[in-house]
Amino acid sequence: MNVILILIIMSLGIALFFLSGFIWSVRSGQFDDTCTPSMRMLTDDERAKTFSDSTKNKKTP
Amino acid sequence: MSDVLNIALDAGAAGTTLKMGARDASVELVSCFHCGETCADTTCSSGEKAFCCQGCLIIHDLLTENGMQHFYDLSHYPGVRGKGAARREQWAFLDEPELQQRLLDFTDGTFSRVTFHLPTIHCIACVWLLENLFRLRPGIGNSQVNFLKREATICFEPQKISLSEVVTVLASIGYEPALTLGELDRRKPVSVRKRQWVQIGVAGFAFGNIMLFSLPTYLGLDSFNGPLLHCLFGYLSLAFALPVLVYSAGDYWKSALLSMRQRALTLDVPIVLGLVALYSQSVFEIVSGRGEGYLDSLVGLIFFLLCGRAFQQKTHDRMAFDRDYKSFFPLSVTRITANTTTAGHGAHGVTRPATEETVSLSQVAVGDRILLRNGELIPADSKLLQGAALIDYSFVTGESAPVAKSGGDYLYAGGKQTGAAIEVEIVKPVSQSYLTSLWNHEAFQKNRDDNFNTLTNRYSRRFTFIVITVAVSAALFWVLAGNPMRGLKAFTSVLIVACPCALALAAPFTLGTAQRMLARIGVFLRNGLVLERMAQVNSIVFDKTGTLTAANDTGISFQGAPLGKMEEQWIYSLVRHSTHPLSARLASHFQNDFSPEKVASFRETPGCGVEGWVSGREIKIGSRGWIESAKASLPSENNGDRQNAGPTVGSGVCVAIDGAIRGTFVLANSLRADTDCLFQKLSANYQLALLSGDNDSDRQRFSSLFGNDRVLRFNQTPLDKLNFIRDAHAKGATVMMVGDGLNDAGALKQSDVGVAVVEKIGTFSPASDVILEGTQVPRLFEILRFSQTSARIVRLSFGVSAAYNLVGISIAAAGILSPLICAVLMPISSLSVVLFACGLTRWVGRHLISNDEYRMMNGAESADVDSTGALLTPFVIRHSSFSKP
Repeated sequence: MNVILILIIMSLGIALFFLSGFIWSVRSGQFDDTCTPSMRMLTDDERAKTFSDSTKNKKTP
Repeated sequence: MSDVLNIALDAGAAGTTLKMGARDASVELVSCFHCGETCADTTCSSGEKAFCCQGCLIIHDLLTENGMQHFYDLSHYPGVRGKGAARREQWAFLDEPELQQRLLDFTDGTFSRVTFHLPTIHCIACVWLLENLFRLRPGIGNSQVNFLKREATICFEPQKISLSEVVTVLASIGYEPALTLGELDRRKPVSVRKRQWVQIGVAGFAFGNIMLFSLPTYLGLDSFNGPLLHCLFGYLSLAFALPVLVYSAGDYWKSALLSMRQRALTLDVPIVLGLVALYSQSVFEIVSGRGEGYLDSLVGLIFFLLCGRAFQQKTHDRMAFDRDYKSFFPLSVTRITANTTTAGHGAHGVTRPATEETVSLSQVAVGDRILLRNGELIPADSKLLQGAALIDYSFVTGESAPVAKSGGDYLYAGGKQTGAAIEVEIVKPVSQSYLTSLWNHEAFQKNRDDNFNTLTNRYSRRFTFIVITVAVSAALFWVLAGNPMRGLKAFTSVLIVACPCALALAAPFTLGTAQRMLARIGVFLRNGLVLERMAQVNSIVFDKTGTLTAANDTGISFQGAPLGKMEEQWIYSLVRHSTHPLSARLASHFQNDFSPEKVASFRETPGCGVEGWVSGREIKIGSRGWIESAKASLPSENNGDRQNAGPTVGSGVCVAIDGAIRGTFVLANSLRADTDCLFQKLSANYQLALLSGDNDSDRQRFSSLFGNDRVLRFNQTPLDKLNFIRDAHAKGATVMMVGDGLNDAGALKQSDVGVAVVEKIGTFSPASDVILEGTQVPRLFEILRFSQTSARIVRLSFGVSAAYNLVGISIAAAGILSPLICAVLMPISSLSVVLFACGLTRWVGRHLISNDEYRMMNGAESADVDSTGALLTPFVIRHSSFSKP
């Protein structure tokens, strides 16, 4: 019986962990725009052209 | 025309292409490589690529220089038409610290972030281009686009680049930000959206866990658990359900409480009642140890409801995006291009040789000079340069007394010029959505109530009442029959299974879909409810000139002694101030040969003509009767020679100079193609009438067209037309008036459905309910039939929903259905009803848009709108009461 109690506590702990993770992701704005990223990935074919890459490239010469 | 407009008006644009093609079939039509607009000439080109204008070429070169040709691979004709070089001074005001404080999201002196609303964002290539903005100019950092909101968040280093320069870069590639104060204050809903996500998350979390706890019960493993675990599971479930009930369902509570306070029954009341009943029953069962309660059902119900709401929100956003996008109705203005470009603003009074061109509203940029004739609307906030402005702000304020303005004064968008034409300089970007909102202003809603709306409202009020009554009586019945547990079950099941979705959603979704379908073929509706009224029309009144007859540039002849150059010059100077279709044709006839002179004391009498003083001469142009009645009849030489029977229908415009009649212009009017066909179809089902301000020289022709027993009235003043419609109303007819926006404005407003026909220059009349492109007039019958079909679909949806509810509620009232099954059934029914409504409307609409045009449209939009179309699949479940459109 005690095993079940421990399992329950563990599962609840994990579930709460994921819930707090979800709430954190919402708060940090990951769900603000669910449409544009789906379009953005289609234009990713042109590789290595993100802003950070371009600044790196500029520093080398 | 910008790309946005191009796609929005795909069918319309196709129409113009065809027209142009017919005129000079020898010239092959070339589309601009950048924006897809048809190129008028081949002066702008780079290699093999053709461009419609210098602006597009500049953008193309700019992108190519920076290695961003990829832009053109992403979509067909992705660009937004360039408006020429953007001037930085125009945006200099953005560098004021106060304004920056309001605009910037964040700044620490070395790094700033700003969010702009860019109305021209429309496709995947736009997203790519704007997110690669840093490649165009050093100092700009990462940028991120929110496609649905059409917003771009841009980071930049204020030490390297000022905010005004950032905006200049944006404007130079065609994305001019919309900077209105309203725009600045509209940034709150993000927190609401976040809260909704958390609500779903909490509900989903609780749903999953409670399901796990109730699994043993479902599987019949109770004996294993023992009483301790049983009790523990029960209390844990209660603890999990509480935040769901209080927090996740919080919006339902709020809206139900609000409706109780207002003593109105909304659709949320039965839901909240059901939730309370379920929770209290569960508490009772668990605490007393009699059972497990229905917490799994309760939490599941809330979870499904919230998911449904999220999907509905998403669909709504899509529709709003699409609607915004499609609402670019065809408005054009006359732009004046001074040959010596933009030398300075000081030379107001000097008439420099300038050319006038008709451009669509979306092409008008800040700094442009435009000409506003009598009756034309001010499209954007602007500064008066020339002329005596007498502005009628009745569209905006409802105050009908015109306000006089003098040179240099600031004119607000939405006013209407009365009197001679004025020249203004645009100060703020044109906002189509503002004009659309003006169109939807309540002052122009017809007094006859929007009966469908009230019908829906009345039904839903009654629906809630009936549902609660049935639930209570079912509960009472089972309690009296000695089975209180079953009574409770029946009570909650009835409340939950009852689905008012069709009432709340069928009408807006069907009519919204239909409205979008119509916009594709050049029919623009004020709102979806207009469609509903169109379905009830039983008599149609037509105007003649410009409505049934098409204006073509050929066939203007003058009867009388030939006019001298000076006289023609005066006539041109006068007629260019008027928007009447005949004046517009005369003006465009002379336009290339003359430059306008100043006109003093210009006056336009609607339905009669125009008058004014040019170079000390009094010129009057208009109907013969009007000119003769104004002056004592003077010797006139021609009277009988105006009869030109035959295939063309002519309008006579009489010209008098200094009181003496000089002669008559005969403007050949040919009937629009297929008009006879249209009347054949219409006359079977509708009362038809023709009210024309012209003389009755065409009576013969039209009586054969309309049929002998129809009402044909000529020489009608605008007041006559208005009275005619009023009389028809008194006889109980539902009247649709088809006419132009200026002369028929009164009649358009008086009628149940006012249809304004626009040709090249449309006088925007908020009094109209429908804006119809001239080329679509012959399809009026199909359009009317489509409106009837849509109305039928709405009623059918009501029927489907009624049948579903009848069956569902009766089973639930019998106490057989478990609340969990109800919670699953309810969203499914909503979904099916909405899918049914939208799908059927789309299917019917596709038949309306003939296959050719449809293919053309798909070709133009395939890259962007089709991808959104898949998402648009209406997945909508119950409840719109607190998702504000």
